[in-house]
Amino acid sequence: MGGSALARYIVRRLLQTIPVVLGVVVLNFLLLQLAPGDLATVLAGEAGGAPKEYIDQLRQRFGQDQPILVQLYNYLRNLLVLDLGYSFRQSAPVLDLLLKRLGPTLLLMGATLLISLLVGVAMGLLAALWVRTWKDNVISVAAIIFYATPLFWIGLMLILVFSIKLDWLPTSGMEDVVAFNEGFARVVDIGRHLVLPTITLSMFYLALYARLMRASMLEQRGLDYVTTARAKGLRERQIITRHVFRNALLPVVTMAGIQFGSLLGGSVVVESVFAWPGLGQLAYQSLFARDFNLLLGIFFLSACLVVIVNLVVDVIYVLLDPRIRIG
Amino acid sequence: MKTFWQRFLGNPRVIIGVGWLTVVLIVALFANFLAPRDPFSIVASPFIRPSSAYWLGTDSLGRDVVAGLMHGARTTLLIAVFATLVAVAFGTLIGAVAGYYGGLIDDVLMRITEFFQTIPSFLFAIVLIAVLSPSAMNLVIAISVVSWPPITRVVRAEVLSVKSREFVQAAVVAGQRDSAILLTQVLPNTLSPLIVTGSLLVATAILVESALSFLGLGAPNQMSWGFMIGAGRSFLRDAWWLVTVPGIAILLTVLAINLVGEGLNDALNPRLADL
Repeated sequence: MGGSALARYIVRRLLQTIPVVLGVVVLNFLLLQLAPGDLATVLAGEAGGAPKEYIDQLRQRFGQDQPILVQLYNYLRNLLVLDLGYSFRQSAPVLDLLLKRLGPTLLLMGATLLISLLVGVAMGLLAALWVRTWKDNVISVAAIIFYATPLFWIGLMLILVFSIKLDWLPTSGMEDVVAFNEGFARVVDIGRHLVLPTITLSMFYLALYARLMRASMLEQRGLDYVTTARAKGLRERQIITRHVFRNALLPVVTMAGIQFGSLLGGSVVVESVFAWPGLGQLAYQSLFARDFNLLLGIFFLSACLVVIVNLVVDVIYVLLDPRIRIG
Repeated sequence: MKTFWQRFLGNPRVIIGVGWLTVVLIVALFANFLAPRDPFSIVASPFIRPSSAYWLGTDSLGRDVVAGLMHGARTTLLIAVFATLVAVAFGTLIGAVAGYYGGLIDDVLMRITEFFQTIPSFLFAIVLIAVLSPSAMNLVIAISVVSWPPITRVVRAEVLSVKSREFVQAAVVAGQRDSAILLTQVLPNTLSPLIVTGSLLVATAILVESALSFLGLGAPNQMSWGFMIGAGRSFLRDAWWLVTVPGIAILLTVLAINLVGEGLNDALNPRLADL
């Protein structure tokens, strides 16, 4: 497979994402229309009431007196230049607010993805190797329980045990701001704050990956190529590591990509439990401030992130599995 | 060959799941009878530890936790079951139409389904409730809007595999209308995967409902498990049971539904059960 074929594939996949992004934009616009009270009435309400002429004047300034299709066109045009509107609650452009919160969220996502994949794949692999023994049962039951655990609850339980009772780890935030840590000390501090939110968010996904990995390993192990490998005298260890493991990993990679959107949703809950200063917490705050511009901006950015991650996963998939033909 | 019921009820996991679900259902059905007072009413002083008078103590306002759990079971189950029913109905309709007619209709409907699967669903549910304002009805709408795509996929796949079979062609030749063929010939054959997916969806719906209630987006004036955890979280240090107990209720219920759903799957597809 040549580099240019891969490039063409990426371009084609990028083009395919356009309808999704457009769909989210239109959905956002419709939701804004559905939201109770427009910006003008909200601002007037903030000021403690205003005459109707003033509200009309405000609407005119925001372009809200235009026909709805013109408004949609303006909204689309603004988004094209990444103008996501202005948050009147936080007195800042929505885009600035989002970019400030993106880093912590990506850090939490990345750590969660890493932990849940590593632990989940290891658990599934071991369960499959020990299939129908008590060890397999222990792993499978643990996975079923993790799978049913509400994220926000396990987060609070971890705080109760490790922060309140044992006092090992901090309860909330991303770093100890009054400590003014720098350099390596700061990294350690952030790492310590990261432990509990990551475990909380990982629980569900590692259970999912463990179950998928186990099923996938067992399925692959029964296929013909394994018999062939065994017939040509490969040792069991080589068969597992060289052949079965690699093939069994593919569905897990796909699932990890599919689950990214739900991971972002889960981060809203986890970030609000741990006061982690990311997009999820911002969503939670904007919810109660009734700051729809900001909330929909977060939704838009999250959808874009999901689309990008799906694209990356597809490319990884092509690189991992030479059987998939592109172009 | 064992029958469906032998396979289903011979599975110890299913028995555990059915047992717990029966308890929760009875409590939810008879909540008004078992705990006649409004679960929001103040019955004693706040933060009473679990005791013989109040089995699980009282919360920060002096409300009885046991009464809250009972009424919470009712709210959470009602919303989850209704949301699932709506999602199953809608998802089946879209999946059946897409699979049966194929071509352009299928393309368009599946693109829409993919779109709803791509967007971050929990965030979308939050946005929907924020815009529509929190109420039991809107919770049902929001949860079903984010849960129908898997149903559509399952039904479409089944319809595709069934529609070219001879009994369907016979019905076409016999002049049955499309709607009649779909309802009487095709859909009954999609029932078993639909039941499995639907039952697992109830578990997801409970988790989503609890998370939304926890965030303060639940139905106002209706006690729910998620709300109880949200209300108790500020007092975690001094009254840990306020958070712990409703969480265990959610965990056990979701677990029980998953066990029963998987048991159904194994019993309906005995050849796959060994995997």
